[in-house]
Amino acid sequence: MSIDLREKLKGELIEQLNLEDISPADIDSSAALFGDGLGLDSIDALEIIVLLEKEYGIKISDPSAGKEAMASIDSLAAFIEKNRK
Amino acid sequence: MSVYIESGNIISPLGFSTEENYANILSGRSGLRLHTDSRLSDVPLQLALIDDALLESTFAAVVGDGSGFTRFEKFCLLTVTCLLKNSSIDISSPDTVIILSTTKGNIELLESYDSRRLHLWHSAALIAKHFSAYNKPLIISNACVSGVAALVVARRLIESGKYNNAVVVGADIISRFIVSGFQSFMSLSPEPCKPFDAKRVGLNLGEAAVSAVLTRTKLGGAEQQIEVVRGAMHNDANHISGPSRTGEGLFHAIKDALAGDKVDFISAHGTATAYNDNMEAVAISRAGLNKVPVNSVKGFFGHTLGAAGLLEAIIALEAMKDNRLIGTRGYSEHGVSEAINVIKDTGRHEVNSLLKLASGFGGSNAAVLLRKTR
Amino acid sequence: MKTIKHIRIEQSSVFADGDELFSLAGEEYAVFARAVYKSLEIDYPKFYKMSNMCKLGFLASEYLLKDMNIKEKFVDRSRVAIVLACKASSLQADIEYSKTMGEIPSPALFVYTLANIVTGEIAIRHGIKGEELMLVQQEYDKEQLSDYVSTLIDEGNTDFCITGMVDYDENHRYFADVCLLGR
Repeated sequence: MSIDLREKLKGELIEQLNLEDISPADIDSSAALFGDGLGLDSIDALEIIVLLEKEYGIKISDPSAGKEAMASIDSLAAFIEKNRK
Repeated sequence: MSVYIESGNIISPLGFSTEENYANILSGRSGLRLHTDSRLSDVPLQLALIDDALLESTFAAVVGDGSGFTRFEKFCLLTVTCLLKNSSIDISSPDTVIILSTTKGNIELLESYDSRRLHLWHSAALIAKHFSAYNKPLIISNACVSGVAALVVARRLIESGKYNNAVVVGADIISRFIVSGFQSFMSLSPEPCKPFDAKRVGLNLGEAAVSAVLTRTKLGGAEQQIEVVRGAMHNDANHISGPSRTGEGLFHAIKDALAGDKVDFISAHGTATAYNDNMEAVAISRAGLNKVPVNSVKGFFGHTLGAAGLLEAIIALEAMKDNRLIGTRGYSEHGVSEAINVIKDTGRHEVNSLLKLASGFGGSNAAVLLRKTR
Repeated sequence: MKTIKHIRIEQSSVFADGDELFSLAGEEYAVFARAVYKSLEIDYPKFYKMSNMCKLGFLASEYLLKDMNIKEKFVDRSRVAIVLACKASSLQADIEYSKTMGEIPSPALFVYTLANIVTGEIAIRHGIKGEELMLVQQEYDKEQLSDYVSTLIDEGNTDFCITGMVDYDENHRYFADVCLLGR
C-alpha cells in the first residue's frame, strides 16, 4: 500500500468534508475517523461514499458495507487498493 | 376555547377526495408502484405519484383554466377548491387564515423558471390571491413535521382568538431534486416500504396535496365533531439528519400533546427507515404507550413530505369516525427494539382519541392529539 | 416576556442591541462569516460544513447567548423554543446542491436544502429541546412572528424563545435579526 494514497486521501477528506482548521499532518492514519477521532458523523460517511465513487470509481450501495472500510485512513486506503478499477 | 377539524380533502394517487382515499385503503390498495421515469431517476423506483392527465382534467373541471399555474400550484388550488365545497367557512373572511405547509414547493422548476416563482411565499401568495384571502398566508417549512406543525400552529392561532378559522394546506410533489437527495442518503427502499418490520430497508416517496378546515365553530345538535385537543413540537438537539436514539424530542412532544390525557390509537410517522421507526418505538415506549395500537400508512401513500402529517391525520380521523384501526401495509415481522403494538390487519375497534406523530430532518418532532366530541 | 438581547447581522457587520460589535465592511460573506467565527474563539468544526444560511443563524445565536450563563439560565432546555422566519427558504443551498445532481448528488449539501435546518443547528449547539419552527415570509413580518410566539408562550411550556429572521437568499443577500425572549 502506498504512503502516497494515504496522504492523498487525507487531503481529499479535508476538502470533501470541509475539515477546515485541520491539516493532513493532524490526521493519524491509524486513528478512528468516526466518533472521537475527527468527529465525523453519518453524513460524512455518505460523503466518503461519494468520494470513493468520484475519485476511485468504487460504488458502495449499502452504507453498512462501507463501515469497516471507513474505520481509519489505513483501512480506507487498503479498501481502495483492493477495489479500485 | 375548543378548536375543531371541520372537513378535509386529500388529493393522492388513491383518489381526489377523502372518501375515495379512505375506501381505497380499506380495500387494501396502495398508491405505490414501480416507476421508470428517467426524468426522476436513472433506476426504477417505487413511488406514489399522481397521474398528470387526471390532474389536468380534474383541474379543468373543478377549478378552471390551468395555464399559468405550475404542477405544484395546481395541486394546492385543486385541494382547497374541493375542500371548500364541503365547508361552511368563508375563506376570504378577515376571520380566516390560510396556512401552507410544504418543504420544497416548486423546486422541480429550479432550472427552468426565474427564482421568484420558486419562493414558497410566492406559491402561498398565489393561493391566497386565487381565493381572495383577506389575511396574509402563513407558511410553514419544517421538513417532514410541517404537516403536523401546521395543525399545531393553526390550533394555537384559533385558540388565542387571532382567527376563527384556518384553511391548512399541505403539499409536496416529487421531482428529481428530491429523489436524488434521498438516493444520496441511501434511504429509499427498492420494494414497497415495510414500516416497523424486521426486513425494512427504507422509505418510498409519494406525493399528495391535502387540506383541512380548522374552526372554533361548534356544530349544533348531537353531531359528532373532531377536536384538535393539543399539539407540541420538540427538538432532539442531537443531529441534523439522524433521529435521536433515545427518541428525546418525540418523547417530549408526546408528553406535552397528551398532558396526562389517554389515547386510543397512534398514527406514527413510520417511514420504514431503520433509524426512524426504532426511534419512534423508543419514544412511544418511554411515554408508556406500549399497549396502544400504532400504525403507519406509508405503505399506502409513501412519504409525502410536507403533506404527510396532514394526510395521515385526516386518514386517521376518518378511521376513528368509522371505529376502525387501519393495518400497517408492509408490516409482518416485528422489527423494532421495543414491544409496541403495531397493527397488522385492518379491523373494527372503538377509537375516541388519536395521536398523530411526525419527525424530520433538523431534529424536529411533533405530536397532536385529536378527539371525538359532541 | 421581555427581550433579553437582540442581535442583527447584515452587510458584514454584527450589532448587539444596536451597538456594532464586529465589522468587515465591504467583505464578501464567506470571508466575513469565517472571521466572525474565528473572533468568537469557539471550537465547533461543524460550522464549516454548514450552508450559508445556517452559518448566519449559528453566528447570530452565538452572539445572542455568549455572555449569558445558559447552564444556569436554561434550567430546562425542553422549555427553550426557537421560532424563526426566513424569506428565501433554503434556495441558495438548493442551488448549491443542484449543481451536484448531474454528477454524484452530495448528501452533505442535500441535508441543507430545508429551511428549518438552521433551527436544528442552533438547537444542537446549545442543547435546546423546546419547540422549533420555521416560517417563510415574503417580507420580514415581525407581527406575524410575535403573534405566533405569544400563543406559544401563553400555553405555558416555554420559558425562553429565540425568535426573529435568518435569511440568506439566492442573490447572496443576507440578514439576521434575532432576539432572545425570556421571563
